[in-house]
Amino acid sequence: MSTKVQVQTTINGEAVEFLAEPPQSLLECLRDIVGLTGSKEGCNDGNCGACTVVLDGRIVNSCLVLGVEAQGSEIITVEGVARGQELHPVQRAFLEQAALQCGFCTPGFIVAAKALLDREASPSDERIRLWLANNLCRCTGYDKILRAVQQAATQMREEAKA
Amino acid sequence: MSTQEYTVVGTRPIRHDGADKVTGRALYGADFQIAGLLHGAILRSPHAHARIRRIDTSKAEAYPGVSAVVTAADLPPSADRIVDLGEGATPLSYIRGNVLAAGKVLYQGHAVAAVAATSLNAAEEATQLIEVDYEVLPCVLTAPAAMREGAPILHDGLHTEEFGEKTARVSNVSQHFRHALGDVGKGFAEADVIVEREFHTATVHQGYIEPHNATALWNNDGRVLVWCSTQGSFVVRDTTACILDLPVSQVKVTPMEIGGGFGGKIPVYLEPVAALLSKKTGHPVKIVMSRKDVFEGTGPTPGSYIKVKMGARQDGRITAAQAYLAYEAGAYPGAMVGPGGMCVFAAYDLANVLIDGFDVVVNKPSTAAYRAPGATNAAFATETVVDELAEKLGLDPIDLRLKNAAKEGTRRADGPKYRRIGCIEVLQAMKAHPHYSAPLGGPNRGRGAAVGFWFNVGLPSSCNLSVNADGTVNLVEGSTDIGGTRTSIAMQAAEVLGIPAESVRPTVVDTDSVGFTAVTGGSRTTFATGWAAYEAAQDVVRQMKERVAKIWEVEPAAVTAERGVFRSGKHRLTFAELAAKLGETGGPIVGRGAVNPRGVGGSFAGAIADVEVDPETGKVQVLRFTSVQDAGKAIHPSYVEGQMQGGSVQGIGWALNEEYYMSPEGGMLNSSLLDYRMPTSLDLPMIDTVIVEVPNPGHPFGVRGVGEANIIPPPAALANAIYRAAGVRMNRLPMSPPAILEAVWSKKG
Amino acid sequence: MKRFDYTAPRTVDEAVGLLAAHPGALLLAGGTDLIVQLRARRKQTDLVVDIKHISELNELRYDPARGLTLGAAVPCYRIYGDPVVRQAYPALAEVANLIGGTQIQGRATAGGNLCNSSPSADFIPLLIALQAKCRMAGPGGSREVAVEDFCTAPGRNVLRPGELLVSLTLPAPEPESGAYYLRFIPRNEMDIAVAGAGVAVTLSNGTFRSARIALSAVAPTPLFVRAAGESLAGKPVNPESIAAAAEIAKAAAKPITDMRGTAIYRKHISGVLTRRALEFAIRRAKEGRQS
Repeated sequence: MSTKVQVQTTINGEAVEFLAEPPQSLLECLRDIVGLTGSKEGCNDGNCGACTVVLDGRIVNSCLVLGVEAQGSEIITVEGVARGQELHPVQRAFLEQAALQCGFCTPGFIVAAKALLDREASPSDERIRLWLANNLCRCTGYDKILRAVQQAATQMREEAKA
Repeated sequence: MSTQEYTVVGTRPIRHDGADKVTGRALYGADFQIAGLLHGAILRSPHAHARIRRIDTSKAEAYPGVSAVVTAADLPPSADRIVDLGEGATPLSYIRGNVLAAGKVLYQGHAVAAVAATSLNAAEEATQLIEVDYEVLPCVLTAPAAMREGAPILHDGLHTEEFGEKTARVSNVSQHFRHALGDVGKGFAEADVIVEREFHTATVHQGYIEPHNATALWNNDGRVLVWCSTQGSFVVRDTTACILDLPVSQVKVTPMEIGGGFGGKIPVYLEPVAALLSKKTGHPVKIVMSRKDVFEGTGPTPGSYIKVKMGARQDGRITAAQAYLAYEAGAYPGAMVGPGGMCVFAAYDLANVLIDGFDVVVNKPSTAAYRAPGATNAAFATETVVDELAEKLGLDPIDLRLKNAAKEGTRRADGPKYRRIGCIEVLQAMKAHPHYSAPLGGPNRGRGAAVGFWFNVGLPSSCNLSVNADGTVNLVEGSTDIGGTRTSIAMQAAEVLGIPAESVRPTVVDTDSVGFTAVTGGSRTTFATGWAAYEAAQDVVRQMKERVAKIWEVEPAAVTAERGVFRSGKHRLTFAELAAKLGETGGPIVGRGAVNPRGVGGSFAGAIADVEVDPETGKVQVLRFTSVQDAGKAIHPSYVEGQMQGGSVQGIGWALNEEYYMSPEGGMLNSSLLDYRMPTSLDLPMIDTVIVEVPNPGHPFGVRGVGEANIIPPPAALANAIYRAAGVRMNRLPMSPPAILEAVWSKKG
Repeated sequence: MKRFDYTAPRTVDEAVGLLAAHPGALLLAGGTDLIVQLRARRKQTDLVVDIKHISELNELRYDPARGLTLGAAVPCYRIYGDPVVRQAYPALAEVANLIGGTQIQGRATAGGNLCNSSPSADFIPLLIALQAKCRMAGPGGSREVAVEDFCTAPGRNVLRPGELLVSLTLPAPEPESGAYYLRFIPRNEMDIAVAGAGVAVTLSNGTFRSARIALSAVAPTPLFVRAAGESLAGKPVNPESIAAAAEIAKAAAKPITDMRGTAIYRKHISGVLTRRALEFAIRRAKEGRQS
């Protein structure tokens, strides 16, 4: 019988402590213990990206991180992307470009795309496609997702100028 | 083309559920939580074909945290009968047997038992402790092999139906049908050129990102409450009730958000099992499939063996067409070969046609619908043969298609005569598109084109509208929203009411709260549920006219309603102004719409694809792709384009890399998203779209439905492009790098 | 998955002690292979030892005289994010950037790729070509082994019970040298190599001074084809000598047929990939860039 471990983290800017069994993935901990169900499980082996979160500044598949590994870490999930009442430019762009259909992969795409744009202001189409290649979408064919990320990039550049 | 002016229809509002879906707040089936929840896990068969001699669940029951174990023996012993639960008439024993295997397992991944425990980990560990004594039987994995004399028989009671009549023959062929038109012998005799080819297509999966899930509570009042992700909450209700031998009113299904379906979330797998576990434990039980479960335990689309023969005169007129379609149904009959037979030559106006279809059971998962089910396999054959005919006749492949295109009045071999359809318009749009004449820009490149047809379906839908005092309207409907249909339905109500799309607030509700509504499938939701919303809105307008007539003391017939303004003589009231007065003029207004529409309009789609083939590795890169489709009327063009792009890319994946890679023993060896290779963002170009609008005369706004036809042309278009790039005619899906290279080598000799 | 305990030692000694006390313990670095294997019940353990908090295993240091020290727990993003690595070992940065996708690269490590010892591992052929050595620590102290001698069978390697990989060391690149790793996958990302070729060349006045060639996914272990590289030594840099080396590599490939490709296909593309990788490496060497 494994011992539960007290894990101290910062999730979406707030200090969060949870008790995790070592085999539980960070995804399980976020969804079933912390109650943040925005991150999705699509494959549970790192191939679909629906569970993407930012862990200490890097995007990761939270299904491939043990909850106990997050000790002392800072985590940002899709629930932490909006700016209070206002949607983040990436979220707005996904809606304006109709870049989602079923919406199940959307949290992973939004977290991953925001992480790219936080790092690179003007990524090329090819760069966006490469960055997002770990995020599978079966509904859209990625066309509108690409347009949304480019639209968000433009908006974020304008915000940065202002 | 559509010329009617609309205010809301044809615009691109933000979807109503948008904020929930980009913030992670939308609740999908696996997100559902309820106090006292237990977790379920399914034990699946490791064998493709075996008799179950004995199941011992005692060790699993004794495992810490386990509350209950169920097997097929826990299902009520109802007598077998034929039921129709939305996907055609089927013996109940097949549906029940696929949920929990009784007597025999028929595919690797077949559900055998289920465990409920306090944690998912405990439930999964306990399934490993269930002892099943199997007598392994020889398995059969493809249609041609299953049709051979002496092949292992899956169902001892399966009598082959031949041309509509049950025969005494027991075989793996559940059905052989034939459609005939004219005289193919005569037609082929008139032909100057005949092309006959055979084709194999692999089993492929819909590949929705969200795994199946279900939570069930067998409540203390005897009602079964279900929360799940499904394409059809009423199908889940009726199927669960049927399997559990309950009246439908005893089951209530609350559809959660659904993470993709494409046909694969019509069948029921988990709900009755979760309900049984709940009955035994007194707790709600949630079961969520793993990705491996999804691949091995749910319905992919059939693999197939197809022969197509077509003949044409030198002037390009096709004189005869013949098809032999043998589709793998998987473990239970129902391979969607019927639709294959309907669609195989549906794009052509032909005098002489013969189509033979065979529905063949094999030891693979019981197949399910997948976006225009059956049609893509068939079109891969037809559209590559047509391309070859064009080559032999020295004609442009689109010109050859235009010369023979189906049109209003064309009779299809399976019976129906077309009303107004857009086949010619789609072909003309393809020909006119700059893509079709653009230079290829390099060596080892080729361009291909193909078309496809899907008939679309109608089926019942219900919708209620309630007018709010602030001039908005609540819309309640039963079609689960997989791709923005809340909005395309709400827009149709808004158009009638003359209010903005944003003023209609759509909600998808449970099966207790709205009239029967068939599945989100068959490209029917915007068409049929949209029509129900149209009717409900008309009902609201009629009632509001009565109100306003009362206020103005005129006859209701003297009131007009246009673009949200009610008028009579000098009187004028806007929808919102009138909505504010409902309380004082007789109370609330509720509009209702319930339809079972007949005016279904089929949709044609076309694809143009440019590829580059690496001559040394056989790898295909799609350089440019254009999808053209007749939408009838695009209610929300962005989501129409999205359907076209998504269907195109599923077709590209099917064409190039996706397949169930099976061991000789019937095990799927690539049941992960790593090795079942769906396209990533890096594998694709932008997908250009052209929406053609030939209004469907059978719908108030001319809607046809756009969900499906777009997946049909890509494999053939890519095969035709690969031929021009690499010189080989591919007759096998997927056209993977080794397959292409081997074709190149065998051509070189 | 089976229940297990978790611990995160801070020093190599502590880790070695834990391994001695718990013979069945498994090491966790990025976790992108291990967690999947535990979940699929391909591996089981009572204790997972997270080694990524050990400072020695996080070392990423370049010295023009002694070369590169790459800690076993350094994740891919640090490898390709490091300007010195990108300058001195561009091929290494490229491999780090093609394993998995962005999310995987945030966790996965070269050391883990090596210790997982899959025949299709992308890092290993390049590390062999670059003459990398593995430094391991165990109860008996530390020892070194060349990467080409590390893997022994699919999923198996020379690590003895109680030992762990501490770091990889790569010699400093020589002038006029270039390396390249080229794999074939059916998609453009998120695939396991159907076959791959890692090559390194050193040129001098239009001839090869030396070359090393290794293949992935065509044998039970990553395959060092010493003869293919040696065939180039002293030969002029021209298509004939490249083709001859590629032919030797192809002949050495002994692939199997599986869901990722047929044996005949894999053998064929081993030659194609070797030739193309050599061409890229030569271009790199000629461009005056290093490795």
